[in-house]
Amino acid sequence: MPNNLPFMPNQGSTLAPHVDALYLVLVAICAFMTIAISGAVVFLALKYKRQPGNEEPQDYKPSTALEAIWIVVPLATFMLFFVLGAIVFFKARRMPDSSMDVWATGRQWMWKFQHPTGQTEINTLHVPVGRPVRMIMTSEDVIHDFYVPDFRVHTDVLPNRYTYNWFEATKPGRYHIFCSEYCGTEHSKMIGTVVVMEPDDYQLWLSGGTSEGSPAAEGKKLFESMACVTCHAAGTGSRGPNLEGVFGTPVKLASGQVVTVDENYVRESILNPQAKIVSGFDPIMPTFQGQVNEAQIMQLVSYIKSLKAPETGRPEAAPAPPANAAAK
Amino acid sequence: MSEHADTAHPALRHHFDDLNQQHAAGTLGMWFFLVTEILFFGPLFFTYALFRSGSLDPSFQNAFIAASHHQNITLGLTNTIVLIASSLTVALGVYFAQTNKKKPLVLMLVLTLLCGVAFLVIKGIEYNQHFAHHLFPGQGFHWDGAPELARGGQMFYILYFCMTGLHAFHMVIGIGIFIYILMRAMRNDFSSDYYVPIEVSGLYWHFVDIVWIFLFPMLYLIDPASKH
Amino acid sequence: MTTDAIDSAQTPRHEEGTNYINAEYGLLSWLFTIDHKRIAILYMISVTALFFVGGIFALLLRLELMTPQGDLFTSDTYNKLFTLHGVVMIFFFLIPAVPSVLGNFILPLQLGARDLAFPKINLLSWYLYVIGALMGVVVMLLGGVDTGWTFYTPFSTTYSNTWVVPTVLAGFIAGFSSILTGLNFIVTIHKMRAPGLTWFRLPLMVWALYGTSLIQLLATPVLGIALLLIAVERLWQVGIFNPALGGDPILFQHLFWFYSHPAVYIMILPAMGVISEVIACFSRRKIFGYKFVAFSSLAIAFLGFLIWAHHLFVAGISVYSAMIFSFLTMFVAVPSAIKTFNWTSTLYKGSVSYEAPMLYALGFIGMFLIGGLTGLFLATLGIDIHVHDTYFVVAHFHYVMVGSVIMAYFAGIHYWWPKMTGRMYPEWWARLAALLVFVGFNLTFFPQFLLGYLGMPRRYHAYVPEFQVLNVMSTAGATILGAGYLLPLIYFVWALKYAPRASANPWGASGLEWHTPSPPTTHNFEDTPTVTWEAYDEKAWLKEAEKNV
Repeated sequence: MPNNLPFMPNQGSTLAPHVDALYLVLVAICAFMTIAISGAVVFLALKYKRQPGNEEPQDYKPSTALEAIWIVVPLATFMLFFVLGAIVFFKARRMPDSSMDVWATGRQWMWKFQHPTGQTEINTLHVPVGRPVRMIMTSEDVIHDFYVPDFRVHTDVLPNRYTYNWFEATKPGRYHIFCSEYCGTEHSKMIGTVVVMEPDDYQLWLSGGTSEGSPAAEGKKLFESMACVTCHAAGTGSRGPNLEGVFGTPVKLASGQVVTVDENYVRESILNPQAKIVSGFDPIMPTFQGQVNEAQIMQLVSYIKSLKAPETGRPEAAPAPPANAAAK
Repeated sequence: MSEHADTAHPALRHHFDDLNQQHAAGTLGMWFFLVTEILFFGPLFFTYALFRSGSLDPSFQNAFIAASHHQNITLGLTNTIVLIASSLTVALGVYFAQTNKKKPLVLMLVLTLLCGVAFLVIKGIEYNQHFAHHLFPGQGFHWDGAPELARGGQMFYILYFCMTGLHAFHMVIGIGIFIYILMRAMRNDFSSDYYVPIEVSGLYWHFVDIVWIFLFPMLYLIDPASKH
Repeated sequence: MTTDAIDSAQTPRHEEGTNYINAEYGLLSWLFTIDHKRIAILYMISVTALFFVGGIFALLLRLELMTPQGDLFTSDTYNKLFTLHGVVMIFFFLIPAVPSVLGNFILPLQLGARDLAFPKINLLSWYLYVIGALMGVVVMLLGGVDTGWTFYTPFSTTYSNTWVVPTVLAGFIAGFSSILTGLNFIVTIHKMRAPGLTWFRLPLMVWALYGTSLIQLLATPVLGIALLLIAVERLWQVGIFNPALGGDPILFQHLFWFYSHPAVYIMILPAMGVISEVIACFSRRKIFGYKFVAFSSLAIAFLGFLIWAHHLFVAGISVYSAMIFSFLTMFVAVPSAIKTFNWTSTLYKGSVSYEAPMLYALGFIGMFLIGGLTGLFLATLGIDIHVHDTYFVVAHFHYVMVGSVIMAYFAGIHYWWPKMTGRMYPEWWARLAALLVFVGFNLTFFPQFLLGYLGMPRRYHAYVPEFQVLNVMSTAGATILGAGYLLPLIYFVWALKYAPRASANPWGASGLEWHTPSPPTTHNFEDTPTVTWEAYDEKAWLKEAEKNV
């Protein structure tokens, strides 16, 4: 595997060079400060050693200007760290405009990944090189953390809500996925692999795998079998809001608030429908808590996302990322 | 040199120079302790605010109101009055100690204790009602209101029992302290130049009262008018 | 007045007579003592015992990590070991070590007071500590706990099948011990200073303990209630922190770090106080920039409360709160930098000698530089998204809490040992131990920074093979470090009986604690001293002391 510098992991994503550059800047400045101050300590301790002729300290007038300098200079340096760090952080947190969405579910002690085309994988994630991949992640039990050191990607995976991150792999290869939030007995075995492939190989892989049907298609079946369709049918919009084209758009709530329909909102509306009622509708929807599992929720959300472009049924042409996705 | 000189008051501890220093240390200690206490209750108030505001789950706003309708305002109000009365008797107790009036001092301490016990008895009656209505959170919790508010209703009662339970625990400690103070008062330990223990215990008692003054509206009076 | 004080120090009236150690005999006279010095000794014994318990856990962890596959212990055992290592070291060693041992002994002496303001509460603190520690030991005997010392929910409330409730209660009780100590110190510093000992004549140790006590008072109760809520949630199966029941797991992290971030300053601030004392003494100078060092302690105590959420950068908080907490975290590094620069400058034109406490103190500066600056890496958002919850974090906080705090604790123990016991210690062995600790520590923890940046997550029982070389280095260092910690235990016990007797002021140091005999009498001072000199500026008195050596 290609390696760049000693004691640095591979640079496997578009983000990695930015994080590494920032790290090296801090290493350089901090190494300089450490060596300079430790050097001063050793030098002064030797120079003013207690010995005949230097039994007593010498008098001099301490300078207050010096105090001012070593308040201002470190503060300025640390502010530089803050600004540089914030710039990289924004880069890392701003979701790409168009991306391939992969759903990830963490549970004690494995990862489950679902591709937009329906393939599911356990602990292995195949992605194409050069294409932004957005992870929509949740946990079935405790807090986990999706960490790919070579991509410099790190996000906690929380139960009962979605968190997001993204990466764009730059080199084909195999990269570790670690769970980096302690999650119980086999925490250290919760390791997976990202397999980054050339786009053609990826297509080949996609066609080779057994597909269960895309999550959106599965979601459509659920939508019908669970009778969601009776209230949310297209074109009626009588008892429940019409869901066509609603994903990614702002809606007005009964409380007067305006929220953007994103994965978290749809999820909440399935599990806890009373939480945010759309203006003009009665709070009559029952909760589906306990009746749908994480995979089914994910399929329903995918279906509702896909309603934007019903003629293809493929959610890949993802809508503009939800406004608060950047905040996750 | 300010030796531990002239003052040989029996209450003067060996490591203080004089009673003034001892007095100041005791009072300051209690004030700092009360700051700790504020931070001790603080997270519960913060958690209450977080859930009540609905920023995590908007349905909790209505659930908290619905849950508060199960509260017995009459008993809550009675308890509020009982506690305010006890604060008055404590304050009077300090005054009588400062003016060397032993009999009224003992009377005030007894009244304070009676108020404290009355508060706990009434609280016990309320708890009993909650148990009877299956409002104690956990497996046995039963919510007879709108089912979609059940989670918020249970959260209200978790906080209710944590906050009032912690408060009642402080009341029990306070009663213990005042029994001790009463015994010392009857033993003639206090006088106009040595009454710090009463003053300091009184500070604690007032603090516990003030906590209740916040708890009462938060837990009983969220929106009583909306009850139907 | 000054000459009075000098006389009483140089011709102690009790040199061979009674002191606090031999004033009374028998175990009960120790268990029911209200003398702050005896309570400090009680703390010292109990804290040392728990330090070695926690240390054994650490060595076992390092042994397991010699090889990538988990072969020495099961993962369950490993998880319990690191949890108990954290709980014991933080709640039962680091938090009480410097304040409750050194602070308890030295604070009233430095103030010219006969005792702390509330001696009985001081004893109660120790008993609470012991009860908490015993509960911790009971948990170990019952089979341990596997949540990590951070008790993150919902793992700790719903999924862990170990002894979580007794552990959080042990932490709760130990917390109250810490609160009461802080309360006692604050009131003592406010109300019991000797005549003439104004705020700006206080030794910097006192300023540091004041800042520490504020944090103990204001932060510890928040942890207490958060731990209680975990117990409530487990016992009654309710869901304040459990998202499945409408609760919020991140709420717990906020409450936990609201305490646990300031708590690192409970550990490091008094350590910094010790370093100020030692450096002033062994370079025979006033601390450079006394007021800046004093106020920096308060600044750290204050800023420490504003930065807790930098532990949550990848936990789903918004970009903007992450920015604010990163920004504020940068500020807390400034008072630490001020202290470091002032300590360094104190050496300039001083008369520096290299006794063991000074070696520890100089080592402290180096360790603290690395520990502090790597903290800035973590505060820098763009780096934290990579190294969060990796060995980089482990290395960082061990540099601060072990490299710095324990170095300072050892500096303080050596520095005040003559005062505490009336005996010196073997200097050569002490210097050797200081060297072993320094070398062993760096060998143990520096490789962990590299491991962290390479991406090794913390709390891993088994790891991928490419991390092995650095892990073996770390384990090798740990054995040297272990020897460095064991050595003082041996020679201190030896010194109790065989080392030469110490004079009242063997270092020629400044400060009221050196105005009483070694060891002091039960009441510390025959006559309350009056202070007429600025901190660390007892020149006349020092010269007098020189003549009498």
